[in-house]
Amino acid sequence: MQENHNFILAVEDLTVSFDGFKAVDGLSFYIEPNECRVIIGPNGAGKTTVLDLICGRTRATAGSIDFKGSELTRMREDQIVHAGVGRKFQTPSVYEDLSVFENLEISYPRGHTVLGALTFRRDAEVEARIRDIAETIFLGDMLQERAAILSHGQKQWLEIGMLLIQDPQLMMLDEPVAGMSVAERKKTAELLNRIIRDRAVIVIEHDMGFVADIATRVTVMHQGKRLSEGSMAHVQADPKVVEVYLGH
Amino acid sequence: MTRTSFLKRDEAVGLAILALIIFVVFPVMLDDFRLNLFGKYLTYAFVAIGLVLCWGAGGILSLGQGVFFGLGGYCMAMFLKLEASTPEATAIQSTPGIPDFMDWNQITALPVWWQPFDSFALTLAAILVVPAAFAFVIGFAMFRRRVSGVYFAIITQAIAAIVTILIIGQQGYTGGVNGITDLRTLMGWDIRPDGAKTALYFVNGVLLFVCLLVAMAIRKSKFGRVLVAMRDAEDRVRFSGYDVASFKIFIFCVGAMMASVGGAMFTLQVGFMSPTIVGIVPSIEMVIFCAVGGRHSLMGAVYGALLVNWAKTTFSESFPDLWLFGLGALFIAVVMAFPNGLAGLYDDYVKPRLPMRRTAPATQPQPAE
Repeated sequence: MQENHNFILAVEDLTVSFDGFKAVDGLSFYIEPNECRVIIGPNGAGKTTVLDLICGRTRATAGSIDFKGSELTRMREDQIVHAGVGRKFQTPSVYEDLSVFENLEISYPRGHTVLGALTFRRDAEVEARIRDIAETIFLGDMLQERAAILSHGQKQWLEIGMLLIQDPQLMMLDEPVAGMSVAERKKTAELLNRIIRDRAVIVIEHDMGFVADIATRVTVMHQGKRLSEGSMAHVQADPKVVEVYLGH
Repeated sequence: MTRTSFLKRDEAVGLAILALIIFVVFPVMLDDFRLNLFGKYLTYAFVAIGLVLCWGAGGILSLGQGVFFGLGGYCMAMFLKLEASTPEATAIQSTPGIPDFMDWNQITALPVWWQPFDSFALTLAAILVVPAAFAFVIGFAMFRRRVSGVYFAIITQAIAAIVTILIIGQQGYTGGVNGITDLRTLMGWDIRPDGAKTALYFVNGVLLFVCLLVAMAIRKSKFGRVLVAMRDAEDRVRFSGYDVASFKIFIFCVGAMMASVGGAMFTLQVGFMSPTIVGIVPSIEMVIFCAVGGRHSLMGAVYGALLVNWAKTTFSESFPDLWLFGLGALFIAVVMAFPNGLAGLYDDYVKPRLPMRRTAPATQPQPAE
């Protein structure tokens, strides 16, 4: 075990098996504060499962996930969020029946208990913060629109905005540019470059140009295990990576 | 701009129209017998309002609301029965002073859990606390385990069946299949004459409006929006830092309490409580009231309860055998043709033609400052 207090997230010997199939198998990696880690790998490598494990959606069979001294494998999903971990799903997941404003308001980190939600007041501070975030995610003039009418790319941005308003110290994004047009993709890269600065980020992505653009370090997964790790140049030169992932 | 008022204009108008119908039109137009009947219909509106909150807003479909309606009804019936079972009135029994059905079942002392119902204050508390506690236990067991959707609906239906069987089986303690009957006075006030029934109708109406306003307040709070969000994308809510189960448990308890108040008012106005009002069929009927009115509309639920019950009385008087088929057909028609019920039809066809709404949508509620 590596003793180093600089890590914001330490994943060690993480294993999860579904009916004997090990989707993640003895995986370890460490994330530093302000690092942008990209996880790449072929389909079925277990990338999304790793994010599921960190955010509590899936329970680990063995191993530990230490986030700033808290053991996430034993915490409930909402407690993990309050500890400072935010997660964006692969398919855009927003509240279609609510307005953009209300979508962001629900993620605003206040009034998350039953009583808190009943007595929540929409004050100037909340408004200002929501407007601020909406500007950042290019939806400043769409606050009153229902989320259902947004384009695919706008929904992705809205969900990123919903994470952003929580101000998590660790943000996890699952294929944030998948299904976007070229123009949207460029804007998203810009957006991500801006918001990943003050926090640790884990991104799953297939677009290698995009990966090169944002990654501090890259972890390559294959069959639930870590195949390679290091800078973009390092993993691209790794013959094992070329063979299973980049080669074809 | 002024602070956003609690009610939007069309909501205020809607409430005013409903108040006019309940407090003026019905009492003026209907004879005492029919007014009492409509009072009974309105007790189901309490359940329907609770269902709009749970099912319409939160996506939690309970097919066991009859249980909570029954709990409230039985709490009230137990109080009234004890009051009617004075030692003098029951002097011919082998054990005077206990309810008659207990005596018939060779019970010789009032069971401990009946004793709190000697007190009206404790009875009123029980009408709110008992169903809430029961809903909490069910909700805790189900929602913590992430049971939802159709599984939850089936389990609540099973609970309705179990509770009915339990009530019927424990005849000596519950009055069995006959229920608790022959209720006479509420703290000395005879509830059987027409005048008393009219008074109870108005009490019922006022309580219904209290429930409506509470439900509106919940829906307008952030809690209400979180409910809608949970229906749309439950995982997103969970991973935005909400303990989804506690939200579901809370709203299920609120729905149960509203149903229970309706049940208590049912007992008062109809004069008895029996297991036929608790079981599967009435529980499903309650969902139909809500669906016909429109499961997203609180006021729609009230109209749905009134309309379906009125139709039930009218048709089952003339065609008793056909009524259940009619009810089934109505439910299918609602689901297939107009899933948002009467309220949906109103929103789609009537509202766009109303002249007074021209100016409203331009100024979205935007508390500025």
